[in-house]
Amino acid sequence: MSDLKAQIVAQLNLQHVKPEDIGDDMPLFAEGLGLDSIDALELIVLLQQEYKLKLNNAEEGPKVFRTVRTMAEYIKSHQA
Amino acid sequence: MTEPCYITASCQITPGKVVKDGALLMENENIAPISYLQWLYEQKGYNYPKFYKMDGLSRLGWLAAECLLEGSFDKNRYAPEQVGLICCNRNSSLDTDTRYYDTVKTIPSPALFVYTLPNIVLGEICIRHQFRGENDFFIFERFEPVFLQAYVQQLMQENVFEACICGWLEFLGEAYQACLYLVEKPASKNSVPFTTATIQTIYENTHG
Repeated sequence: MSDLKAQIVAQLNLQHVKPEDIGDDMPLFAEGLGLDSIDALELIVLLQQEYKLKLNNAEEGPKVFRTVRTMAEYIKSHQA
Repeated sequence: MTEPCYITASCQITPGKVVKDGALLMENENIAPISYLQWLYEQKGYNYPKFYKMDGLSRLGWLAAECLLEGSFDKNRYAPEQVGLICCNRNSSLDTDTRYYDTVKTIPSPALFVYTLPNIVLGEICIRHQFRGENDFFIFERFEPVFLQAYVQQLMQENVFEACICGWLEFLGEAYQACLYLVEKPASKNSVPFTTATIQTIYENTHG
């Protein structure tokens, strides 16, 4: 998950955040890391660029992008 | 009868230098032009994480507005809708448009896309300071003090807003220039009349 955290920091240009500061179960949006709707789109781009994964169902977004752990689980379960 | 307006503060940013009210505020010539804005942000001790996500034009305008307003603006004097922003530049959002176009060849970047309009910088300043007044961004071949004075004066006269942040915000590649004026109706200590001549004089004194 540390690689994924580093990718999130780089993709979202979170220069004020260190990857290790992001907890595995810290909410990525709202009261957690405070990401916004544009960041959500960038996370989708990250999945495409780094893992060749396309989010087929937009309604999955909130569940997939809830925390780093849920993202990692989604990646793991969808990679060949 | 035309009610007089006054420039109560001004701020200019060029690579390596910030000038506030005609005096050199911060300088660092030992840094790349493109890195200077982040250096300035960090030196000033601001805590606004969204700054890092902004494009060059928005970073420039945001910083210029911060320096302009610090110690010079009494926010409590105005309702949010009484503060307007009128800015101009030459190259619109071309710097970011080009960067965004590069990403289109692979996967378009949403974070860049949202900055592909020049007036986004005005939105960033409004969000920061909770201004809700009229705001416009014009594209001109060069700085046009005659237009700026007449347009802002007219809106002030019609009470569209009571205070205005106006001026020039240009950013392309490693070249950038901000020259912002705070215009208000009441005169204050060291304020100067808001005239074409004073706008031009301050603009030409960008280098302190």
